[in-house]
Amino acid sequence: MTLDLAQFHETFFAESFEALDSMEAALLKLSAGEADLELVNTIFRVAHSIKGGSATFGFSDIAAFTHTLETLLDELRSGKRRADAALVDTLLRSCDLMRDMLGATQSKEPIDKARVGALHAEIELVLETPADSAPIDTVAGTAAMPAAPAPQDSAARPVQPADEAPTGWRIHFVPGPKLLRNGNDPLRLLRELATLGPCDVRVDAKWVPPLPELDPEECRLSWRIELEGAIEEAAIKAVFDWVEGECDLNLEAFGPAAEATATAVTAAAVTAAAAATSVAPTSAQAVTAQAIAAEPAAPEATLTQATAMNPPPQVSANEGLARHAAPATNTAPAPTAAPEESAAKAAAPATSTAPAAHGAASGDGGSIRVSIEKIDELLNSVGELVITQSVLSQLAAPLEGREAEDLRNALGQLERHMRGLQESVMRVRMLPISVVFNRFPRLVRDLGQRLGKRIELRLTGDSTELDKTVLEKIGDPLVHLVRNAIDHGIETPEVRLAAGKPAHGVIELNAYHKGGNVVVEVSDDGGGLRREKILAKARERGLVSGDEELSEERVFNLIFAPGFSTADVVSDVSGRGVGMDVVKRNINELGGHVQIHSSPGKGSMVRIRLPLTLAILDGQLARVGEEVYVVPIVSIVETIQVRQEQVGSIAARAQVFRLRDDYLPIIRLYELFGIEPQYTELLDGLLMIVEADGKRVGLFVDELMSQQQVVIKSLETNFRPVMGFAGATMLGDGRVALILDIPGVISRFHNREPRRDAAQQVAA
Amino acid sequence: MRAAAMPIAPGDAEAGTTQYLSFVCAGEEYGVEILCVQEIKGWEGVTRVPYTPAYLLGVMNLRGVIVPVIDLRLRFGLPPRAMDGSTVVIVVRVRAGAAEKTAGVVVDAVSEVYSVAPANIRQAPDLGGSPDGACVRGLTTVDEKMVMLLDIDRLVASCIDAPERAGTA
Repeated sequence: MTLDLAQFHETFFAESFEALDSMEAALLKLSAGEADLELVNTIFRVAHSIKGGSATFGFSDIAAFTHTLETLLDELRSGKRRADAALVDTLLRSCDLMRDMLGATQSKEPIDKARVGALHAEIELVLETPADSAPIDTVAGTAAMPAAPAPQDSAARPVQPADEAPTGWRIHFVPGPKLLRNGNDPLRLLRELATLGPCDVRVDAKWVPPLPELDPEECRLSWRIELEGAIEEAAIKAVFDWVEGECDLNLEAFGPAAEATATAVTAAAVTAAAAATSVAPTSAQAVTAQAIAAEPAAPEATLTQATAMNPPPQVSANEGLARHAAPATNTAPAPTAAPEESAAKAAAPATSTAPAAHGAASGDGGSIRVSIEKIDELLNSVGELVITQSVLSQLAAPLEGREAEDLRNALGQLERHMRGLQESVMRVRMLPISVVFNRFPRLVRDLGQRLGKRIELRLTGDSTELDKTVLEKIGDPLVHLVRNAIDHGIETPEVRLAAGKPAHGVIELNAYHKGGNVVVEVSDDGGGLRREKILAKARERGLVSGDEELSEERVFNLIFAPGFSTADVVSDVSGRGVGMDVVKRNINELGGHVQIHSSPGKGSMVRIRLPLTLAILDGQLARVGEEVYVVPIVSIVETIQVRQEQVGSIAARAQVFRLRDDYLPIIRLYELFGIEPQYTELLDGLLMIVEADGKRVGLFVDELMSQQQVVIKSLETNFRPVMGFAGATMLGDGRVALILDIPGVISRFHNREPRRDAAQQVAA
Repeated sequence: MRAAAMPIAPGDAEAGTTQYLSFVCAGEEYGVEILCVQEIKGWEGVTRVPYTPAYLLGVMNLRGVIVPVIDLRLRFGLPPRAMDGSTVVIVVRVRAGAAEKTAGVVVDAVSEVYSVAPANIRQAPDLGGSPDGACVRGLTTVDEKMVMLLDIDRLVASCIDAPERAGTA
């Protein structure tokens, strides 16, 4: 059978990138001092599966690199090596390198071989330096194996140290039903086994179902193999490396030290099973990992039985073991029978827990990958259904009689279902913000290290969900804000200590839902913004007139002014402005808001308010003449019926409106858009006070209509973007209404008379 | 519409004939390649978009998609005609760069489908730098009548990319 592997490439890349993210997260936790064997296992699994996948697909560079990396990780996993800061650093860089290699392979670009070679050599150097033989705390601290403080290098190979390799192995190989489907061929494994030595293979077909029930893609056969020769256990395990976690594998040695080893392996399996039941792992792989980790428990059993049977060479070979063996021998004084019995008893739960583990593995998290276009199509269809349904309701409204009543009831029900459907579809596009947050531990660690600052990152609310499109666009602004906070917010440890603050600064990222919006806060406990300096700088640049007094908020908003944030600004304040205008613009483009709070010496907080989704908008419908426009509710401050005394004229045409202490320009939409209004007198219509980029203006409209959630449609798809409009939407009656883009409307207003030519040029 | 069964242009037998949908606008007959035509709709009104030329009547809702609607009379500088229930919108799909766009074209009435061989298409005479000339692919004669074959891709693109004006009428 020939198989086009290329079709799996994308999945491999996507999964590998995700896996690398989790590897990075685990590494960071490890470096933060969290000692957990599961973390090490996670890291190992990632390297292992990337190695496997890239070898299968023929990405030999990646495979070769990950192979070496895996060797190093294996030492970490088996406790031969301690995860110190330098090692974690190397591993993090390996993580980056793998990501770049995968990226390069994906886009069919050449891999930076020099970089690969350098890191490869570095890892090999680490491997050559003698490992720290003390077991890492992670292993000793794991609840799964309280009885296993024994040094692990002797445990990993229970038989070898004695130089009395078995003369043969009995292997019971029971593939999981999914083995074939995952691209593994038992026949290939058997052939490979045969290369190790003379093999006697017997197949067990008793689990094969009758023909009508037979699924040809399921593997129901199992094998018993007798392999002759002095072969290392590791060599056999290596053959089954690929199917680790997808099969039950039982190795039994026969020969001089045979019986001892057999129980050793079984005992390991038992411990693994115990671990499996106690920690309820989510995948079979986890169980396997536990099993390997649990092997240290084996020596005790080995010794127990070995002492019982014949004076074991192991004891002399491993004095360390002997100490631990002592209590074990005491508790098992009966020769031969007792240990075997206990092993058999213990083996029972091992077999019974195995299916459960497999079940968990096949569950696969219960998710599928769907392209975003398919979801958008679905969303479109639902949007159409909502409109059709409201047309139906309008048609049914004037009908009379009992049947009409029934019809209206049914339509009411339809409406409820529609709303549910729409919400469900919207939720499909939602992802937790942790997708974005996850990149920060690394960023904070690296940048903090580089700048010599000690920073603790706190993430809260990272399960807050928001639309994928919003998520994609919020990443960069957040990175900017966090970098700013590290660079200019948090002070160096010396400065902090001098100011009576703890040496390490805290940066906090917090996300939560608030009234149909998502709020993301980036706060630091650094020096805070210096109001006076900002103001002085703004005056110098002519952004603020000499004697103008500004509110706190207005002052902080100045740092968002384009160009305000350049290197010539006084450094300790200023850098905060670097690219802040970009941050603000990006967030405004998403229909969001940015606010800054800051107190000198205590730190600052940037609060970002974002819509949950870009596909739907809370809108206020406003009528001007016969046209209906949608005004985003997020931009509306209030709506007012104008009184004569509130209106003043600055020049013949420019009217202003006094709102409390502020004078706002009045934008007559009918004039701006050139349409025939119902009212031209300010006193007749309504003034909507809207805000954008910190500027407030009054929009004069004829009347307000309903508020509703509207589905945003692009004008660009079949037409082109028009400044002043964020898009269009369909109203309940199927009509199209344009959605106002307040910043665009305001700049239209400012550009209208004197600079019409310029506006036209821009538009053209 | 005329009752004549599928009028056939001369030279139909030749290879490479193309079918054109013809329509009438201010007494003149125009043709567009039939493969560009997605559907024909009755006039249902549009929403005006400020700052666009008058011949861009506005946008309409075509099953959830926003589609611009062009008035061919105004586009060609012909006297306007009031819209009513008999006004027809031809929905066309055109190439616009790498993408495909959908647009509605308002005409007086749809008339026939003609098969036209390339040999029967005459180049439009140079009308002295008229920008509209570029949107006419050629002329052909059917039943002694002149039919202007439009380059609909170019026509729609010229409307969409037209410079902004200050407010709509």
